[in-house]
Amino acid sequence: MLTSFVLFLPIIGGLLLTLFPGSRVSKWQALILSCVAAGASISMLTGFDPNAGKQFGIQLQWLPTLGVDFHVGVDGIGLVLLLLNNLLCPIIILSTFKQTRDHEGLFYGLLLVMQGAMTGVFVSYDLFLYYIFWELALIPAYFLVLLWGTGERSRTAMKFFLYTLVGSLLMLVGIIYLGVQQETPSFELAVLQSVQLSPSASVLVMLGFMLAYAIKIPVFPFHTWQPDTYVQAPTAGTMMMSGIMLKMGLFSIIRWVLPLMPDALFAHSSWMIWLIVIGIAYASVIAIQQKDLKRLFAYASIAHVGLIAAGILTQRADGITGAVLQMVAHGVNAVGLFYICQVLMERRGTNDIASLGGLRQIAPWFATAYFIVLLGTVALPLTNGFPGEFMLLSSLFERYWPWALVAGTGVILGAVYMLKSYQESMLGAPSKADFADLDGIDKLVFLPILAAIILLGLLPNAIVHLVQPTIEALVRY
Amino acid sequence: MENLIWLIPTLPLLGFTVLGLGARSLPKGMAAFIGCGMIVAAFLLSVGLAGPIFSGESLSQDLFTWMRGSRWSVNFGFQVDQLSWMMMLVITGVGALIHVYSAGYMHDDERHNYFFAYLNLFVFFMLLLVMGNNYLLLFAGWEGVGLCSYLLIGFWFSNNEYNDAAKKAFVMNRVGDLGFLLGLFLTLTVFGSLNYSELFAEGADLEAYGSTAIFTAITLLFIVGAAGKSAQIPLYTWLPDAMAGPTPVSALIHAATMVTAGIYLVLRSLAFFELAPFTLNVLMWLGLATSIFAATIGLKQNDIKKVLAYSTVSQLGLMFFALGLGAYVAAFFHLVTHAFFKALLFLGAGSVIHGMSGEQDIRKMGALRKVLPVTFIVFLIGTLAIAGIPPFAGFVSKDQILLAAYEHSPVLFALGIGASLLTTFYMFRLLFLVFYGQSRADHHALEHAHESPLSMTLPLGVLAVLSVVGGFLNWPGLMGGNFWLQNYLSPVVKEAEKHHHISHSTEWGLMGLVVALVLATIFLAYQKYISKAAVPAEDANEAGVGKVLNQKYYVDELYDAVFVKPTQALSAWLGRIFDPKILDGLVNGTGTGLVAFSSAIRKIQDGAVGIYLFIFAFGILLLLAFQFLF
Amino acid sequence: MAQIFNIVPLEHFIILSLILFSIGVIGVLLRRNMIVVFMSIELMLNAVNLMAVSFSAHKGDSAGQVFVFFVMVVAAAEVALGLAILVMIYRNVKSIDINELKQLKW
Repeated sequence: MLTSFVLFLPIIGGLLLTLFPGSRVSKWQALILSCVAAGASISMLTGFDPNAGKQFGIQLQWLPTLGVDFHVGVDGIGLVLLLLNNLLCPIIILSTFKQTRDHEGLFYGLLLVMQGAMTGVFVSYDLFLYYIFWELALIPAYFLVLLWGTGERSRTAMKFFLYTLVGSLLMLVGIIYLGVQQETPSFELAVLQSVQLSPSASVLVMLGFMLAYAIKIPVFPFHTWQPDTYVQAPTAGTMMMSGIMLKMGLFSIIRWVLPLMPDALFAHSSWMIWLIVIGIAYASVIAIQQKDLKRLFAYASIAHVGLIAAGILTQRADGITGAVLQMVAHGVNAVGLFYICQVLMERRGTNDIASLGGLRQIAPWFATAYFIVLLGTVALPLTNGFPGEFMLLSSLFERYWPWALVAGTGVILGAVYMLKSYQESMLGAPSKADFADLDGIDKLVFLPILAAIILLGLLPNAIVHLVQPTIEALVRY
Repeated sequence: MENLIWLIPTLPLLGFTVLGLGARSLPKGMAAFIGCGMIVAAFLLSVGLAGPIFSGESLSQDLFTWMRGSRWSVNFGFQVDQLSWMMMLVITGVGALIHVYSAGYMHDDERHNYFFAYLNLFVFFMLLLVMGNNYLLLFAGWEGVGLCSYLLIGFWFSNNEYNDAAKKAFVMNRVGDLGFLLGLFLTLTVFGSLNYSELFAEGADLEAYGSTAIFTAITLLFIVGAAGKSAQIPLYTWLPDAMAGPTPVSALIHAATMVTAGIYLVLRSLAFFELAPFTLNVLMWLGLATSIFAATIGLKQNDIKKVLAYSTVSQLGLMFFALGLGAYVAAFFHLVTHAFFKALLFLGAGSVIHGMSGEQDIRKMGALRKVLPVTFIVFLIGTLAIAGIPPFAGFVSKDQILLAAYEHSPVLFALGIGASLLTTFYMFRLLFLVFYGQSRADHHALEHAHESPLSMTLPLGVLAVLSVVGGFLNWPGLMGGNFWLQNYLSPVVKEAEKHHHISHSTEWGLMGLVVALVLATIFLAYQKYISKAAVPAEDANEAGVGKVLNQKYYVDELYDAVFVKPTQALSAWLGRIFDPKILDGLVNGTGTGLVAFSSAIRKIQDGAVGIYLFIFAFGILLLLAFQFLF
Repeated sequence: MAQIFNIVPLEHFIILSLILFSIGVIGVLLRRNMIVVFMSIELMLNAVNLMAVSFSAHKGDSAGQVFVFFVMVVAAAEVALGLAILVMIYRNVKSIDINELKQLKW
């Protein structure tokens, strides 16, 4: 019941908000709704037993002739992602509080619908239901870019939408193929797991799924929609997309591909991982010379999520544990980084690195917050980035050490581009122009992020404890 | 007392938190008091552990599980054995002195409180590095001190050159850290653990796990990390640039403690290194090469701190040389004495700079012994110690290294002496140019020249005493000592049995030879810089070998051309051409291709009658042709 | 009747009607003026008529000539209707260029 509540509260609430686009109080309503969802998610934590597999489940018949059920629940990994989603969303909504825009009701409504749809992806145990939520999440994202974006937003939104949709359609083919394998069609995870596909069919289905995820995550070379979209989307939308939405792809590999097509994935993981680790170095190199802070962070994000994807594909327990840790860390850090962009944008009207600089003296709190987020991003030990990165690289090393070496260049280059951007945007001779330091709302946004960066660096075990039994049951290699 | 081990690193962390949050509200005196107090308290707590440590015990305390994989787990826990205890004393002891010194040195800096916050954070990470009971915690401290080094090198961040130096230090260390990380991965893969207690347990048979190749690989990767942190070839170029930081930072981080982390790592992993003779050889030659290479550069540097920086690189090389020779205790001994006299020299240099209103060029000093008498005396002591004049600390430790080299081969002994004579020469060159001869300072600086306040001279005095008596820690048996340090470290560091013992007369002879050569070198320096009153030429006027040395063998330029520039060019090309044009062009090309195809075929039914008719006629012709042909 | 073929052989009639038909086809395909297109269509119809009449005479079967009358009647009706539509089009769009009439609706 609790799962359904957490799932439908934002969706229904969001749809209601969109009915009153002109409302001035919708930001408060959205904040309260997402806080309630966050509270409900936290309460799930109290009754959760990591060793008991799927919990808080509910299964109802929905379309019996097609074999589609409404089947939701959470296991360890699902719960962590659910928490990430529902705890980040209030922060993201809060981060927009100083802005005014047209049709606020619609804006916040879409944010909430997106939150709910992403929750749906994390809790669905029925492949058909999952696909519905998967695509549902895309719609608000599209409108967020289209209606409130900057620059060539309609072109960008269209490209983003079409590109991710094309990938998803191949996945849909795979879903249908999987679903009709039994006498009576079914899309249950547990039922599908017992289906024996021929090896070649299994590979094709796996490739269909992986293409959808590769585009959504995105990994090299399917990432080209991402920098433009992140730069031109409104910052809250960017946070939703990079902080949470791309985790849908990573999570889906763990939830669906690993149990359903492990052998096909393993047989093909070698070239995939090569592609991904090269992409890590590639994106890191590109990030060095970026002139726009948001675009730089977008490329950095490609490098970071690439490492997560590679770790999952190793199909080792440590790799997947590291992936979950890093998904959480990346979600937190991405929201932090893009909020930094927004703070700069608000005060200076630009994210152009060259036109910033000399802010550390006049805005010490902001400089400190920026620096701590930076430390998390470069994976300094005792910040949230480190445990995940260590386990991911170590699992890559364990399977084939050159991967760790190539991916490890991201560790070096990460320091290069993050420090370079920090130096050029914050350090140097004091800026002549005014720059207001963080105000109350900014601090309220940064506080949970910074706390999470430090706490998750010290106590990654809290998450490992939740997910390890699930992962142990999942890995076969 | 043993239950309070956790408090030792926590106190500096607490200091950092308080100072960091209250940086803008705390008065300077208060901040300095908190900063120094935390370190002194940590020092006293460390001293309090002396009892069990001296009785050969190893203390440990686990706080909580930090990270856990499927087959391994790592605690946030501490282990204090003889090795780490000595390190803790050096860190907190020298650290406390440098904190006190900083209270005077940084008194007029507007970001005084931040300085103490960072210093406290540094001590925290450094303690974590030496106290952690597993490699992962060591790595946490390892990266953490790198972070503090970054913050403190770029402490005056209005100057972008300093920021560049800070960034260079961090990035270069990261290159080493990647090697270290890979070494850790390999260790984890082979042994399934990163805890010292499991890896190096009493009686653990490491050889059962892996071949020599594995140990060689692990240790070589560790050396990459150590070369980054301890500024060895090829990753040393960040250290001279790191002199951009305030002088106490150079003394604490870039001379006494952080840069010795590489030696600590090797000593900690001795069990691995002993099984990898090839790596020990690499270590030996690497250390020797670095030592000589850096010393030759030091001959032609004119910035007082740069000279000391190259001397640090050179001395660290000597320590690695000793490690490679198997003289582990001698290496650690030199680490400790080096911490004393190099901190002394740096702080002395800081006192000179402080007194000369920020001037660092030795060509613009001279005759300062009258203006800065206290500084002169301590600097003289430091110089004698580093040059290796008996009975100063440096003599004893360096002599043990050279002796070990002689046991190995006379050639190594000769090369080692070469490095140490170079050191002697440039250190006396520095001493003579700064404190003797005619004053070359401009009048303005000279008028304001003044001896430093007590808060600065007091730590100098203490360090000077330590530089004199430090040698008695491991006073050789030959001269009536009992190798105290060697016995003390024996639970952790066991040296291999010596193959051929050197007779006492040979030992005396070698010692005499070294001292005679050192004295001769000092005389040479005296001839050149006092009798002839030579002053180093302007950088632009250097020529030949002198110019190459003055320009540091153009290594920076080489790295710039080989690594930095190509990466930037690649980044620009990928970011501006390949990614948006070619890769995204493929994606967009799919779209535009579809549009083009669609606009081509839409003609057949967009209402143009002429085309309809044409297709109609063409179709009939086609049908007829079909009819006739088939 | 058939003796005309002694003077002008049947082949000549066939060739003439082929030429006429081809002129008509080319006119329909290449000309853009709708009236000319119409005229070309008439030309094609008449080429067919000529052919039908020739074969009718050659075979001595009058059914061909009956068909020709049919065609002529239908063609007359078609022209009347077609020209009326054409006039309407011209009134509405001030053009009888077929390439400009692609909307398929007004």
